[in-house]
Amino acid sequence: MSALLDSLVELIRRTSAEIPDDVNAALVRSLEEERQGTIAASALKIIERNIELAKRKSQPICQDTGSIIFYVDVPVGYDQIAFEEVARAAVTAATRKGYLRQNSVDSITGANDGTNVGPGSPVVHFHQHRSPEVAARLVLKGGGCENVGAQYSLPLEKLHANRDLDGCRRVILDAVLQAQGKGCGPGILGVCLGGDRATGYEFSKQQFLRRLDDRNPDPRLDALEQDILKTANELGIGPMGFGGKTTLLGVKICAANRLPASFFVSVSYMCWAYRRQGVTLGADSAITGWLY
Amino acid sequence: MIPLTAPFTEETIRQLKVGDEVAITGVVFTGRDAVHKYLHEGGELPPGVNLRDGLIYHCGPVMMKEPDGSWRCTAAGPTTSIREEPYQAHIIGAFGVRGVIGKGGMGERTLAACREHGCVYLHGVGGAAQVLAECVRKVRNVYFLEKFGSPEAIWELEVENFPAVVTMDSHGGSLHREVYAASQAALSARLETPAGA
Repeated sequence: MSALLDSLVELIRRTSAEIPDDVNAALVRSLEEERQGTIAASALKIIERNIELAKRKSQPICQDTGSIIFYVDVPVGYDQIAFEEVARAAVTAATRKGYLRQNSVDSITGANDGTNVGPGSPVVHFHQHRSPEVAARLVLKGGGCENVGAQYSLPLEKLHANRDLDGCRRVILDAVLQAQGKGCGPGILGVCLGGDRATGYEFSKQQFLRRLDDRNPDPRLDALEQDILKTANELGIGPMGFGGKTTLLGVKICAANRLPASFFVSVSYMCWAYRRQGVTLGADSAITGWLY
Repeated sequence: MIPLTAPFTEETIRQLKVGDEVAITGVVFTGRDAVHKYLHEGGELPPGVNLRDGLIYHCGPVMMKEPDGSWRCTAAGPTTSIREEPYQAHIIGAFGVRGVIGKGGMGERTLAACREHGCVYLHGVGGAAQVLAECVRKVRNVYFLEKFGSPEAIWELEVENFPAVVTMDSHGGSLHREVYAASQAALSARLETPAGA
């Protein structure tokens, strides 16, 4: 299994050190839109230099290398137990190499054993498909942006949010307002309308696997995505919450069925340091291609 | 960019205003959640750590140990400061801190402590771990490494031209309060518009 170990360590390295092209393009556009000489423009220039430095030095873009979340598509009959064991070994090896910070703490004792492996870390979501290919995607999501995520239960009277798309819009924009710069904006929203409390958040995070420049195939959700993006960027929160034109780089929304009694809107916030990459693996578990 | 060299006098800090871009040089001690809670509960600073007239940096860096036992800082951006809001005002007063470096801004209690004691909040660029690690010229020491683990330990760093923005000053000014109020008003105006109007 050492080829798989090497492939996953390389996936972790590249995810931690390199911003995907679609995100980089959006950041470059946002810098062009900010007024020169403002502190928002200064912040974006530092961000651009940081992206270049991290890639060149093969070091983490952000010191908070985040929750380690794998999404793995596997053929029928693939040994998921073995994959998960190797993924844990790869996380420990990547931590030793400094691609990941010693970032996982025992919630009862506060101890940090320095391996990044423990209950719930890393997270591995498997999905079977009818292709012979294995595709492993990785998201590293920092704590600052995770902390500004929010789950709303509709109706919510204080925001005049009813159980309809307008109510969804109101609570999503409230999440942007409350986040201000604390989630390291300009940010990206992943949203799930409906579902239960757990799947709502889970599906909201899966939206981060979408490319920033894609469009939602559902015209109702597409319209909501475009509206939230435009409105959020009119609020003047700006990069780092310094004030400015770019508050969000993208909005991705999905819907899941709900119970008649429940209507959750789950909002996950991704920081500008949007660490997401993926690989396809051949029969020998070597990397055959990059997905972003 | 206003050059700022630690340690500071109260006068230097009182001259700073919200919106000033600064470049910090000197010794910085990191301290985040575990350290703030510990100090707030009456814990003592370890010998060698002196915050008086100096800087505390909300940061959990990535540190690599070199073969000769020294440390190399490979990533060192700020962490979200608002988590320290329950503790920060006490720590500014009790330990004589003149500058708090972090990101995301802090609340009214910290702002009041900045005004009372002569301290400022210096906002680094969140996520810019490489640019900021390049400003770390030397890792001088580490304290509480075993007790709190690497990200939560107190790291003593020598920094040079570390870029930051004054977002809370010692005169009651807060960029975070201003931006929140303006964005809240902008959102209310947009939500009052009937759908499709």
